Amino acid sequence: MSKLQSQKDYEKLRGQLEKERDPERLLVSLCAGSGCGAYGTQEVREALEQEISKNGLKGKVEVKVTGCHGFCEQGPIMVIHPEGIFYPKVKPKDIPEIVSETIVNQKVIKDKLYKDPVSKKRISKEEDVPFYSRQHRIVLGNNGIIDPSKIDDYIAVDGYSALIKVLFSMSPEEVIAAVKTSGLRGRGGGGFPTGIKWETCRKVHGDTRYVMCNADEGDPGAYMDRSVLEGNPHSVLEGMIIGAYAIGSHHGFIYVRNEYPLAVKNIGIAIHQAEEYGLLGENILGSGFDFAVKISRGGGAFICGESTALMRSLEGKIGRPRAKYIHTVEKGYRDNPSTLNNVETWANVPVIINKGAEWYASLGTEKSKGTKVFSLVGKVRNTGLVEVPMGTPLRTIIYDIGGGIPKKRKFKAVQTGGPSGGCIPEDLLDMPVDYQSLAEVGSMMGSGGMIVMDQDTCMVDLARFFLEFLQEESCGQCIPCREGIKRLLEVLTDICAGNGKDGDIELLEELSGTVSKLSLCALGGTAPNPVMSTIRYFRKEYEAHIYDKKCPAGVCKELFHYEIDEEKCNGCHICFLRCPQEAISGEKKGPHTIDQEKCIKCSICYESCKLDAIAIK
Amino acid sequence: MTAIERERSAKQEPVDTAYLDSVLERNREDPENLIMILQDVTARYNYLPKDALTYVTDRLNLPMSLIYGAATFYKAFSLTPRGKYVINVCLGTACHVRGGGRIMESLEEKLDISKGGTTEDMKFTLESVRCLGCCALGPVITVNEKAHGGLDRKKALKLVEQYEAEA
Repeated sequence: MSKLQSQKDYEKLRGQLEKERDPERLLVSLCAGSGCGAYGTQEVREALEQEISKNGLKGKVEVKVTGCHGFCEQGPIMVIHPEGIFYPKVKPKDIPEIVSETIVNQKVIKDKLYKDPVSKKRISKEEDVPFYSRQHRIVLGNNGIIDPSKIDDYIAVDGYSALIKVLFSMSPEEVIAAVKTSGLRGRGGGGFPTGIKWETCRKVHGDTRYVMCNADEGDPGAYMDRSVLEGNPHSVLEGMIIGAYAIGSHHGFIYVRNEYPLAVKNIGIAIHQAEEYGLLGENILGSGFDFAVKISRGGGAFICGESTALMRSLEGKIGRPRAKYIHTVEKGYRDNPSTLNNVETWANVPVIINKGAEWYASLGTEKSKGTKVFSLVGKVRNTGLVEVPMGTPLRTIIYDIGGGIPKKRKFKAVQTGGPSGGCIPEDLLDMPVDYQSLAEVGSMMGSGGMIVMDQDTCMVDLARFFLEFLQEESCGQCIPCREGIKRLLEVLTDICAGNGKDGDIELLEELSGTVSKLSLCALGGTAPNPVMSTIRYFRKEYEAHIYDKKCPAGVCKELFHYEIDEEKCNGCHICFLRCPQEAISGEKKGPHTIDQEKCIKCSICYESCKLDAIAIK
Repeated sequence: MTAIERERSAKQEPVDTAYLDSVLERNREDPENLIMILQDVTARYNYLPKDALTYVTDRLNLPMSLIYGAATFYKAFSLTPRGKYVINVCLGTACHVRGGGRIMESLEEKLDISKGGTTEDMKFTLESVRCLGCCALGPVITVNEKAHGGLDRKKALKLVEQYEAEA
């Protein structure tokens, strides 16, 4: 790889790469994101390469191992170009047929195609799969055709062209103006206008400034940033270099959480290759601008996603936040002006520069511009990453794209914003997803985690779950958070164990007010949100736990038991066979009963019964 | 055996100074890289042995209290020896909603240890993690970084039995 020393060198390389890539060539794209990887992409790849060799097709078929395609429920995913034939859930044993039928004979194998659960039709092309066709993928769009370990793949799809535009035809002030006009807001959860953040940082006195990428992504259930870093790391790098130019910074950090080893690996390769090409380092492309990036790995602490804690951690210290009377754009890392942005925020920057700020601002709503990537997980059919314009109704995301609730269960709530967010009930499903609307209903955008829940989720237990998490992750330095969350958790644990008392709901409300108003940082400040929003929309469930000593969802073990409805039971014997405690008795074809003394409420029988004959009482 | 007893009874191998030197060099002996240094030490020993930490603090010229603070603050580190197989059960929200808590309970019962503990034979350590980013696979566990998804109680127990059978 020879260094690119000018705009001309870049354009020559890009032209060359575009020429080499015949759009009609046979290309097999295999998703190797962490999800599909765990499902077995490596074995599928080995089988594919072997079969290609066997059939004498080496050199005629290109196999590209890419990052996350987003439709994680259907992994391992294979897409065969140029037609874009979509094969989900591919196993090594499927490979011989796929190679002989689709690759050699160009025929589609019908029963390996994706079957839409709503229309029941088989769909052959990726672009027609409703999960994808209803999205607007400006951040994730290239994940399916880029090998993240090959910078040339990124350049071939116009990668780094935004950087060229910025370095050679825009001033830093013009870049900031473009980002401001676009309306881009921080995608990590804060939603602060990115252009204003950059402008403020640029104006602070000082010789040394830093730009940082927050890849700590601690919200459980959210993995958008992981997919961008694993699948398209150069989009983040390009955004950071542009941001550094705008702010006047020459040093950058990418802080990646410890639990994402593949993301660390891929961003490391990307940095190395960008350096080799002269897109990072001194005198980038002969522009006179210097910028270097370092990777830092987290140690497994949720609080290190908070800006001041992250910067402490970068300094090798314990990640304890400080009060933000002085913002990090003025005094951050080593007390220098620092601009910290989320992975997705950075990835949006090259798009804004290339397609224009006005175009970007035409997407979304008045105060929430652009698109947002959501991780749609939990009790939903089409689990995966969904990128839609801001303002899209929740119902569209969960039902039209997400495919609704599986196993004939009923929707109960969707949780957004992670442990700082809240739950949204069914009657609000038509609301638009944007920063303001979510805040108005007692939740927040957060980083984009969207966890769908059905009738089997207990909302009181969910509040308890979040507080348990926050208590573990609290840094412990301020009393409202350290002690307040502990007490909230104690009250909720008592309620779930059947020891709730009259006045507990009011106590939770009072404590929540104190914790949220007086905590030092946003962890404590938003900790009561899950409690307050579940009380707001599911108060009756709390009352059932406290006054009736019952858990209607069948989760809090002291407050329910399973009973087989003898009239519905047809004696299929499945529950008997699957019960790990041998607590069910009954003869085949006859009614069955549960011995409550032996039952440990593991829910296996409840989930196995196809006739809904097991009731929660 | 308590954690302290376990540490004392662990084979006191001499500190691998060559490895530690390479770690320090790779991290430019910079105290700011402390977390990454500790991660590299963990990669070698599967925990943070006291002798290795003493070596590191001497070279970095840092007080042991600082290292102790970092080792107890960040979840990635353990000051006591961990088992051959470190099982991490994902207790993130998506996995919780799909029954992750029940997987943890069944593993605690099977291995006869509670969350955070290590089996007597030093084969398994059972820990929790709050989201691995593989939510479509939920409930998920990792065993020494290898992810296993789509689990239920039965599959999780079978998986542990498979690892148990390996030497």
